[in-house]
Amino acid sequence: MKGKESAKERLLSRYRALDLTDEKGMMCGKILADLGMDIIKIEAPGGDPSRNLGPFYHNQPDPEKSLFWFALNMNKRGITLNVKSEDGRGLFKRLIQKVDLIIESFPVGFLGSLGLSYQELSQINRQIIMASITGFGQTGPYKDFKAPDIVCMALGGEMNLTGDPDRPPLRIGVPQTYFHAGGEAAIACLGALWHKEMTGEGQYIDVSAQDSVAWLGFYNQAVWDLSRLNITRQGGQRFIGNGIKFRFLFPCADGFVSFLALGGETRADSQKKLVEWMNREGLADDFINNFDWASHSVLKITDELTEKMSQVFKRFFLTKTKKELFDFAIRNGCLLAPINTTEDILKNEHFQKRGFWIEVVHPELNNSVTYPGFPYSFSESPCKVMRRAPQIGEHNSEIFGQELGLSPDELIILKSGGII
Amino acid sequence: MKAPEKREGLRQVHILKNVKVVDFGWAIVSPIAATYLGFLGATVITVESSTRLNIIRQGGPFKDGIPHPDRSAFYTNYNTGKYSIALDLKNYQGMEIAKKLIQWADVLVENFAPGVMGRLGLDYESVKEINPSIIYASSSQLGQMGPHAQFRGMGVQGAAMAGLYAVTGWPGGEPVGPFGAYTDLVAPKFLISAILAALLYRHHTGKGEYIEQSQVEAGLSFIFPALMDYIVNGAVLNCPGNREPNAAPHGAYRCQGEDRWCVIAIYTDEEWKAFCQAIGNPQRIQDPKFATLLGRKKNEAELDSLVAQWTAGHSAEYVMDHLQRAGVPAGMVTTAEDLHKDPQLAHRQHYQRLNHPVIGFHSYEAPAFRFSKAPVIMERPAPCLGEHNHYICTEILGLKEDEFQSLEKAGVFR
Repeated sequence: MKGKESAKERLLSRYRALDLTDEKGMMCGKILADLGMDIIKIEAPGGDPSRNLGPFYHNQPDPEKSLFWFALNMNKRGITLNVKSEDGRGLFKRLIQKVDLIIESFPVGFLGSLGLSYQELSQINRQIIMASITGFGQTGPYKDFKAPDIVCMALGGEMNLTGDPDRPPLRIGVPQTYFHAGGEAAIACLGALWHKEMTGEGQYIDVSAQDSVAWLGFYNQAVWDLSRLNITRQGGQRFIGNGIKFRFLFPCADGFVSFLALGGETRADSQKKLVEWMNREGLADDFINNFDWASHSVLKITDELTEKMSQVFKRFFLTKTKKELFDFAIRNGCLLAPINTTEDILKNEHFQKRGFWIEVVHPELNNSVTYPGFPYSFSESPCKVMRRAPQIGEHNSEIFGQELGLSPDELIILKSGGII
Repeated sequence: MKAPEKREGLRQVHILKNVKVVDFGWAIVSPIAATYLGFLGATVITVESSTRLNIIRQGGPFKDGIPHPDRSAFYTNYNTGKYSIALDLKNYQGMEIAKKLIQWADVLVENFAPGVMGRLGLDYESVKEINPSIIYASSSQLGQMGPHAQFRGMGVQGAAMAGLYAVTGWPGGEPVGPFGAYTDLVAPKFLISAILAALLYRHHTGKGEYIEQSQVEAGLSFIFPALMDYIVNGAVLNCPGNREPNAAPHGAYRCQGEDRWCVIAIYTDEEWKAFCQAIGNPQRIQDPKFATLLGRKKNEAELDSLVAQWTAGHSAEYVMDHLQRAGVPAGMVTTAEDLHKDPQLAHRQHYQRLNHPVIGFHSYEAPAFRFSKAPVIMERPAPCLGEHNHYICTEILGLKEDEFQSLEKAGVFR
């Protein structure tokens, strides 16, 4: 259903970008590349250090086998260029005359120190758009802070809300910060392209990862703003917006499920059906049988009620598998879903039948690799797998030779001079 | 972006100033997508109803703790700057107004359970009849198609299904997951990008677009390293706590005060040396147990307790500033209060105070980007339910005053 080859034009195929980012910014270019933009990934000669990030194909730590790199650079072309050299800067300045957009994630001031700031580049291409993705933005007291994922997660407020109350604040187990920042950057780049279409002007975009993490607190900041309360981490429970605690995590026969015991107009019927099921198995009690789901609302929850209810549901869920419970939830409208492991996700028929997974051919590995697919589909201009991620310098002769017109001799000189 | 009090009277270029958006969303994903288009300058109308009250208008925090649809700051933060019309879509005249709004709009966003828009007669095929070039975006938990598409869930369940719970927790402990309805803040990034790309495409071709999104699949796009490790290497990632393969120490360390913490992450030997100097223990640099990354990983538990001994004697603010000045990655674990007092977020004006008709001045979050030649638009607060019924009907749709009055008498606006 999704990702099928098609002769239709892709959404952004009119646009072209240079992507100078490492793992802090590659999600931005990935989103734009999947939407059809021609993204040229620029790496330092020898390859970007983010190629050293795992996991690796067949656990072989090799810059050409990083699965992390593969996924974030699919559909991009790749060249190498040492922008610290005079020749490298010269080629870079020629390239920017041929593109709409530059994406970068260097430490603040790095490109400026090479004479490649937005101000300088916009002299060469007045319509150029440049987006910088950093931990904290280009100005301000934290602008030079070192900003790996866990630092941004802490300073954006997400860690204080995650984990058990009696243990340290916890991060999300797969680094997330720079995916959020990259997503915000993609939005801003597309906004700036619209602005360029309307006015002919380019501009500079400054993205802060901390800002993007701050959004992940949902009502956290509003609770402080209105009532001067700090929400804290509560393990398998959550504080909801009015300071009430809610249990959402329950063990079952083969793992865990997420379940919210909501009632009211929209969910009372499904709760009643769940209790009927529990009765058929002899696992309901008087308390749950007599509970008035229709008038139940989040505003009426107390710790005592949560505890009492949780005991009954837990006892029942422990006799059922994730699949049994979820099948019931789909049919009956319960707010219950499995805590899927990666294995569960790959085996899940729903994602398979939707055609979510894509096969990407890797001739250099004599294999094809299954990737998570595109998180949307389009009626007019579908996303497509155009090419696997580039190998180091794979498109040097295509871009420097065919597009910039350098001769094979010049390419050899640049290669041996460590410039490409 | 300028502070609101300074911005009054200033008109800068609004990027999407000619773009019109109708938001049939509720809860979080569609409302945020529409709000972001508003941040870029689009005119956004949210269609809602007291007969089917938006679930986040029912969630707190409420102004003065009094539950009311117009008092929820959970709602307001996600609906900045919109115009609201309250329409009973079961009333045929209400449906007529809805269709006029659809004809007015360039973009329609919705995130109801699959089938709801179809039952209203507002599915893409029907809408295309009255607005052929519309960009119509549907987002739902599991997408419009597929064996589980009918599941009616929220982002808490979305994050569970997307694998984000199973990778967030302590080794051997419960998978506590990330806070909140996590995938609700992943999905909009893709959805908004898709809508903007479709607007650019339409600008060149005149063609509209139907966009379909599963919020869980968006979540899967954010845990792809773990998915691919399973696909290619058969490795199932379980809760790793705060550990990171290429860094040690890497975690949150207790500081002075009640529940105060600072994270520290050391990747390189240089950062390790800088750390030892900074904590006034330079002889530790030579300790063979910790001098190399392999050594630090092997002795990570001992290292953690050494680091914690030092942090326990200092405030989280001091630990962060002192270490960052020395070139060591560190960041305090911030509460909501800390966020509101954070000098960097303040410098970027992340929290804007806008004056809501019922709540008064309160904080709204700005997006994570700033433009050099266009403002991020945060001029008006979120709307009260149906606040702009009259404005939308008369100014935007061009109804006459008596037409509006008769619709109001007919109970259309509720």
